[in-house]
Amino acid sequence: MFDYNFHWRPVMKSLPDLLEAALLTLQVAVLAMALGIVIGLALALIRLHMRGPLLWLASSWVELARNTPALFQLFFFGFGLGAFGLHLSPYMIVLVGLTFNCAGYLAENFRGGFQAVPDTQLRASRSLGMTAWQAYTRIVIPQVLRIVYHPITNQMVWAVLMSSLGMLVGFRELSGETQFFASRTFRIFEYFAVTAVIYYVIVKLILLGSRLLATRLFRY
Amino acid sequence: MEPTVSFFSGFTPNDLLFLGEAALRTLWISVLSISIGTVLGVAFGWILFEGKWAAALTIAPVLDIFRSVPLIIQLVLFYNFAPIIGLNFGPFASGVVILTVYTAALVANVARGGIEAVDTPMRRAARSLGMSYWQDLRHVVLPIGGRAVFPAWVGVALGVMKDSALVSVLGYVELLKASQILMTRTQEPFLILSIAGAFYFALSYPISRYAAFLEKRWIQ
Amino acid sequence: MIQIRDLHKYFGKLHVLKGIDLDVDKGEVLSVIGASGSGKSTLLYCINGLEPIQQGAVEVDGTDVHAKSTDINKLRQKLGMVFQQWNSFPHLTALENVALAPKLVKGKTKAEAREIAAKQLAHVGLGEKVDVYPSALSGGQQQRLAIARALAMEPEYMLFDEATSALDPELVGEVLETMRMLAEEGMTMICVTHEMGFARDVSDRVAYFHQGVMEEIGPPAQIFGDAQSEHTQKFLANVR
Repeated sequence: MFDYNFHWRPVMKSLPDLLEAALLTLQVAVLAMALGIVIGLALALIRLHMRGPLLWLASSWVELARNTPALFQLFFFGFGLGAFGLHLSPYMIVLVGLTFNCAGYLAENFRGGFQAVPDTQLRASRSLGMTAWQAYTRIVIPQVLRIVYHPITNQMVWAVLMSSLGMLVGFRELSGETQFFASRTFRIFEYFAVTAVIYYVIVKLILLGSRLLATRLFRY
Repeated sequence: MEPTVSFFSGFTPNDLLFLGEAALRTLWISVLSISIGTVLGVAFGWILFEGKWAAALTIAPVLDIFRSVPLIIQLVLFYNFAPIIGLNFGPFASGVVILTVYTAALVANVARGGIEAVDTPMRRAARSLGMSYWQDLRHVVLPIGGRAVFPAWVGVALGVMKDSALVSVLGYVELLKASQILMTRTQEPFLILSIAGAFYFALSYPISRYAAFLEKRWIQ
Repeated sequence: MIQIRDLHKYFGKLHVLKGIDLDVDKGEVLSVIGASGSGKSTLLYCINGLEPIQQGAVEVDGTDVHAKSTDINKLRQKLGMVFQQWNSFPHLTALENVALAPKLVKGKTKAEAREIAAKQLAHVGLGEKVDVYPSALSGGQQQRLAIARALAMEPEYMLFDEATSALDPELVGEVLETMRMLAEEGMTMICVTHEMGFARDVSDRVAYFHQGVMEEIGPPAQIFGDAQSEHTQKFLANVR
């Protein structure tokens, strides 16, 4: 039925390179998530408690991140900023773009999380003499983290999947590396099939790790 | 001097038209994929709910693959796989196929959630009134479960609309690809990306706000 | 002692406390009764500074609660508070719930804090539940946990804000029993409550609040047997 001869050998030969690129994928995704969590938390708190230009800035960030394609965001940081003389390296384009996107989505998750923790928890903490900072860091935020744990896991998966867009801005993460080899050998299907498997395994490992971590973190 | 100017010319009204046509193509491929994908996805969701372990062993893992591999990889794979099995699919057809299946995979989970959201007692009540299985599904499960997951479905649909930008890798000139072409020619990336971004935003933002508004109203 | 002078409290335009004057002595148990919205819970929030006030003053042992110079977090250590919604911290075990504030606020070591917590849990009858998460406790147990949590700060005053109102009827008894025990130990208590039996049997004085005004205050025998105000009589006739 197939006129096509599959050639898997070249793919297998470059498997070490692909796996190395997969590490780069993971690295940029983890970094973007770490930054995204910190910024997302800040954006959520600004949107819940502040007014004025900061609120406007935070809201614009969140809405732009959520309502435009991730690829558009990468293009923007990659080419759009060039108008202001700002030229990012491919690595930075992906890192900044992913961080921008993740922070926007996580901000909404955090906002929902904060709203789900009753105000009375804060009151009870303060009535015990805790400072506002202590009440937030010891009582409110741990509960918020539990509420947003699954959304954060999902976002981590998205970050890995989204990092594949790096291939369109010249970044040699897993997809970029795959494209590089595929175009050199013309075994496009074989290369991308193997890469698909690698992504699948990464995603499953993240979900598994997240589940294991959850059983240790949340005993209540 | 004249020829260079015409090659690297500035942004003209014609280009706006070019972007507009591309935007329509984005809309067209999105609407087509979301419609078919939703119908398929609801059917899959129903099978997942009713099929239990049989579905868990068959379509569930297959659908899972489409959620665990980057869309861009799926597109490249399918585009290169179709000719191998003798299908002559162009960029548009390949894009529609993959976006449809991708939509269906995401909608399947949403739809199953919707069916699960309708309590068994309520369904028993419907059946005890003499409704058939299909009447119950049509008049009880669909309106109640549909409401419960409508916001989630809107999220999926808007996500697919934004992700349709990825079909540009196959050479289909949708909005983002058109922007890329114009950016190369006019060297005005900021202006062009702003127009493209504004289009996505203008489509996505009102719809997502309206869905959030409906969600709030339905909860009350 | 707690001294309240001409206390006025507004929520926006709503005037919820209209000039309250009240002294509560060390060792006294005061029950505050009245219809919902009469301002009695708000009074407690004003006493420990969880709500700002607009006029008048609240002093605890001579310290002005609402003065800018007052270290409110320090002052609150003197004022234990138990809420209607028990507000146990869901992510901490019973022991951790109680041990957290002594460690954070009083600077106790972890071991000291755990010792205090274990002692207070045993005190309220939860000695068996040390390592249990609140989700596994009944409402009554969670409310006793909240009492232990407040007691662990070694407060000199305890403020109870309708501590039994949110409980299922069969769980009210165990919480009232714990409160009674505290009263017998000589704790100074202000109890906003709907439990007339508790107010009559346990308190030294009972205050009746009506629409932001303290209409009447006196020994239980006087309030329950010989109320002077028409509003008090009406209210008591309705709750019995």
